[in-house]
Amino acid sequence: MPLLLFLEQTLNGLQFGVTLFLMAAGLTLVLGIMNMVNLAHGAFYMLGAYFAATLVPLTGSFFLSVILALLGAAAVGLLTEMVALRTLYSRDHLDQVLATFGLILFFRELVKILWGPIAIFMDVPTLFSGRVEIVPGAPYPVYRLLVLAVGVAVGAFLWWLITRTRLGMLIRAGASNREMVGALGVDIKRLYTLVFALGCALAALAGVMAGPLYVVDIGMGDDILIKTFVVIVIGGIGSVRGAFVAAIIVGMVDTFGRILPSQFGLSATIAELAIYILMAAVLFWKPRGLFPAAG
Amino acid sequence: MIGSLDRSRVFILALLAALALLPILATLGGEEFYIGQFRRILIFAIAAISLDLILGYGGMVSLGHAAFIGVGAYVVGILVHHASEETLFLGILPGTFEPLIAWPAAMLISAALAFVIGLISLRTSGVYFIMITLAFAQMVYYVFVSLRTYGGDDGLRFRGGDTLAGIIDLGDDLTFYYVVFAVLLGVLYLGRRLVRSRFGRVIEGCRENERRMRALGFPSYRYKLAAFTIAGGVAGLAGALFATHESYISPSIMHWTRSGDLIIMVILGGMGTLYGPLVGAIVFMLMEKFLPDYTQHWQIVFGPILVLIVLFAKRGVFGWVLPPRSGGGHG
Repeated sequence: MPLLLFLEQTLNGLQFGVTLFLMAAGLTLVLGIMNMVNLAHGAFYMLGAYFAATLVPLTGSFFLSVILALLGAAAVGLLTEMVALRTLYSRDHLDQVLATFGLILFFRELVKILWGPIAIFMDVPTLFSGRVEIVPGAPYPVYRLLVLAVGVAVGAFLWWLITRTRLGMLIRAGASNREMVGALGVDIKRLYTLVFALGCALAALAGVMAGPLYVVDIGMGDDILIKTFVVIVIGGIGSVRGAFVAAIIVGMVDTFGRILPSQFGLSATIAELAIYILMAAVLFWKPRGLFPAAG
Repeated sequence: MIGSLDRSRVFILALLAALALLPILATLGGEEFYIGQFRRILIFAIAAISLDLILGYGGMVSLGHAAFIGVGAYVVGILVHHASEETLFLGILPGTFEPLIAWPAAMLISAALAFVIGLISLRTSGVYFIMITLAFAQMVYYVFVSLRTYGGDDGLRFRGGDTLAGIIDLGDDLTFYYVVFAVLLGVLYLGRRLVRSRFGRVIEGCRENERRMRALGFPSYRYKLAAFTIAGGVAGLAGALFATHESYISPSIMHWTRSGDLIIMVILGGMGTLYGPLVGAIVFMLMEKFLPDYTQHWQIVFGPILVLIVLFAKRGVFGWVLPPRSGGGHG
């Protein structure tokens, strides 16, 4: 493989990796702390993208639209949590799977009613529409670099939030022993709601940023949701650090999996298999993932 | 107590009798359309019953059960395809039109796949298990999407493969319906034998308290793996019937939402009851068929209904007829 192609694909892989991380960070927290399977997480990815795609032409500002889309998705998440999910925390996983599957059907149909079944396209914001030569002779889209930077920044922010703040301390404590944290006088319900809304906003951010790169349609949340599950399982449920490492690995494997087979004359869809084989291998050796959370 | 036991038996018999009479009534009423419709429902009921074995009795929340249906369907489709093209599968194996060979082959291969997937998945539990079964199913899905020889994403339409044992014409709506009905009865019978056997009790024990079962000396992993394999094989049989029913195979049959649909059928009817999934399949698939006539956006209603069912009516349709299980703790 030529070196330039290799560099370009490495950046693509990292960029897809951080997108996966944004999805996985919220989901792994919800899973780790609340012990709750949420299949509807992909819906917030989708909602974020749809919100932004609608708001950009209205407001004329990409940044404003992103902020509003995140707030919108967080608000929908908040509402969903309070109306439907709150009662599910204490239920078994089967109930959670079923109910959140119901939520997927609901959100998908809602989007179909509001925006129609046809995919919509989102333009790359003009400010970032150019290309830049990081390595001479290899122009790389600025927007993809922006996605990468945002992903890394959010990762750093989460690390700070979880390890250096009081809220993060409560989150970690909640993950290891829910009842104890509750008994110490922390309003665990509010903590859950907050974490859930944060997760929704992160998923929406991933969706917004993926919007101009791919296509905004009703199925967009499904594919990434399952890959996010793979990331979480590989990284270890409840571990944000694990999610980050696994997301980068999966992003890389997925990206190079698409390039390498064509170099050997194989179908590119075979690449989809690579990450599942990786997951099976990891689980075979470490059934609780690479970074099993304590507890 | 005895009264309600009788009630559930009456309910089951009435249901089976209705299903047996349905094609005759449909023909008399000039609504032959229902025969094909219900044949499809019964095929999915078989798959839902197989899921109930591991989900309801074993407590294994598999979110990848549709993969086994898909593999079963593809085995039949591929065999018939090669038979009609007069080519060899992988250059060695000839195809066949005979369902008596193709269906058991589908069952065996699905069971073998379930064994391999179970081997890895059952090392985990809880959330991990849900996600791994989902991911494996997704993997199988993409294998078939990438198989261009058999139509890839578009699927494969095939002709033939609808004469059973050289004499029974499955092309005839009524005949095929009764063949599927007979398979369903067989699966129900064997399923009941299975869950009432020592093996079935151990599986249920693993659901309630796996650690205790291990302490009692049962190798729970092996028991669960056996149950998972059997369920995969039966789902493969359902897939085989489905392929013959449609004369068409495509990866969409094993899309992950199909696995979700199967779980819904099991819960809707009442899990851990075997007959419940049959009821659930009927209710779910009739809704899927007829609700779109009222509103195109029926899922926006169905989604929240599902949430409500989970929150308030966990025991399913069958649970209203069946007496609450006594003595055995919460079931």
